[in-house]
Amino acid sequence: MTAVEARPTARSTTGRSGHGLTVVAAVVTAATVLFVGITAVRLVQAAPRSGGWHWVLLAVAVLGALAALLLVLPVLSAVRYGRLARAAEAREDPVAVRRDRFRGRNAARLAIGLCVATVIATFFVVFLLANDHAVQSTFFAPDMVARSWWDVTKAFGKNVFIAVVAEVIVLAWGLLVALARLAPGPGGRPIAWLATVYIDAFRAVPAIIVIYLVGFGLPLAGVPVLSSMSPTWAAIFALVLTYGAYVAEVYRAGIESIHPSQMAAARSLGLSYPSTMRFVIVPQAVRRVIPPLLNDFIGLQKDTALVTVIGTVEAFTQAKTYASNFFNLSSVTVVAALFVLITIPQTRFVDGLLAREQRRLQAR
Amino acid sequence: MSPISFLEIEGLRKSYGANEVLRGIDLSVEQHQVVCLIGASGCGKSTLLRCVNALETIDEGQIRLDGDVVSGEGTDVDRLRRDVGIVFQAFNLFPHMRVLDNITLGPRRIHRHSRAAAEAQALELLERVGLAAKAGAYPDQLSGGQQQRVAIVRALAMNPRVLLLDEITSALDPELVAEVLGIVRDLAAEGMTMLLATHEMSFAREVAHTVCFLHEGVILEQGPPERIFGAPTEPRTQAFLHRIVEAGRL
Ligand SMILES: Nc1ncnc2c1ncn2[C@@H]1O[C@H](COP(=O)(O)OP(=O)(O)O)[C@@H](O)[C@H]1O
Ligand SMILES: [Mg+2]
Repeated sequence: MTAVEARPTARSTTGRSGHGLTVVAAVVTAATVLFVGITAVRLVQAAPRSGGWHWVLLAVAVLGALAALLLVLPVLSAVRYGRLARAAEAREDPVAVRRDRFRGRNAARLAIGLCVATVIATFFVVFLLANDHAVQSTFFAPDMVARSWWDVTKAFGKNVFIAVVAEVIVLAWGLLVALARLAPGPGGRPIAWLATVYIDAFRAVPAIIVIYLVGFGLPLAGVPVLSSMSPTWAAIFALVLTYGAYVAEVYRAGIESIHPSQMAAARSLGLSYPSTMRFVIVPQAVRRVIPPLLNDFIGLQKDTALVTVIGTVEAFTQAKTYASNFFNLSSVTVVAALFVLITIPQTRFVDGLLAREQRRLQAR
Repeated sequence: MSPISFLEIEGLRKSYGANEVLRGIDLSVEQHQVVCLIGASGCGKSTLLRCVNALETIDEGQIRLDGDVVSGEGTDVDRLRRDVGIVFQAFNLFPHMRVLDNITLGPRRIHRHSRAAAEAQALELLERVGLAAKAGAYPDQLSGGQQQRVAIVRALAMNPRVLLLDEITSALDPELVAEVLGIVRDLAAEGMTMLLATHEMSFAREVAHTVCFLHEGVILEQGPPERIFGAPTEPRTQAFLHRIVEAGRL
């Protein structure tokens, strides 16, 4: 037998050369760089001629423009891979052709994606500059931020206090309501029914209305103990009522997600229903519901700003005072930034937990 | 009147909706005896076992344990279950507890044993099934065979008077079956009263005093294993055993 010369083929190639995509990427990148450049120039023009702020804006403009130049890199990379692919074609290496074309297309796609993101971000800067940068000075006036941030941040301590106390109470109250909703037997049915009514009602009523009713209504009603609550505790009470309903449903979903065979195994040992719940079902359910629970808590934290309607002095109330005194909303922007600051680590943490859970399930 | 047996099931009927799963079961288990339930999948073996320790309610008939009626409304099921242990096909260990805590949960919470006493007893039982080293492990760190051995120990730790075993090797890889059956064999030798559903025919033949062939919710034929496996009289028992032999399971 004579050996047949083995020539590699790459039949599973996608075939497209990627030239077209590279050209598109180049055009888009050129347009983006131009847009960023023009915006940078306008930014410098709009800046006040004096003070530290001028230098900050100048620095932002220059850095932005320089960063935009980096957008050219993936296009260059796409061009380079196109050239490599042609060289591979010349030496009849179909696998290398396919690989380099693939890399070239990916580089072009990266270039286009970066440009889209940059254009959107630049539009935001354009928006700030609109109407003689009125937007910027209304929402992001540096002197207003400097004047208000410390008072607002101190008042934000009240939001944190309300949120933390409400969360601790909700943790227990929600579980209690969930267990009531699942109460078994003839004695349990009326209790379960009552729990359902509570959950349905407080999930339906907007939190701001519950806060309003509790904060203003209870003192008017003159109920002992409840009426003498400070606005802060009224706010906590109202948030517990609202979020207790949400969290009860989270717990219930968790409890119902535990396989019935766990209940059978525990009961078959002779454990009573309450013991089974306490030692077997609830501990497993709680582990499962931590991520959705934390999501509800993030919602609760944000809703602490609503208590401003009953005059609890917290960050938003404080910021509004500044805003109305100076006809400028920058102090409110500070509140927004504070919420972003405390929320982002928590959402990342929840995402991390969920990702870990996902990996654990896939490892099975 | 026949003399009273230790566990007696009489005229037991059970339906799920319109589906009558058990259609008049009469069965008795003497003390220190092993009774095996065999029959095709879906014939009602699990349902029967679950009825015996009241995980399912029964529609008609009666179950008696040591002369005491343990079925019907108002039965203290928690009390009954202390005497009647069950081991499931899927182990059903508590995944959030270590092996030791799985085993001591019942003795500590029901018998009110001290932690030290319960753990000493658990370790002794684990020793017997060769798993003392795994006392601190979590169930998902164990093989199926090890988990099932722990599940048996968990049931034994309650000192049951009867043990129900529901196809306890069906979820195991073939090479792990022997280690679990070995324990059941030891229990039988020690005189544990057991009622078990199984597909392991050679094992049933070896340990059972009585084999019951269950078909569509009735016991078609029962007797000593030599007779049921050697000379079944019912054509449907013959057909079932024939299928088992063809599948290479006997
Ligand atoms: N919880 C249930 N609800 C409705 N039908 C059931 C339930 N459990 C078992 N069954 C039905 O009862 C029959 C007997 O089931 P089972 O006792 O598990 O059989 P086996 O253990 O012999 O395989 C089957 O037809 C099954 O579908
Ligand atoms: Mg079964």
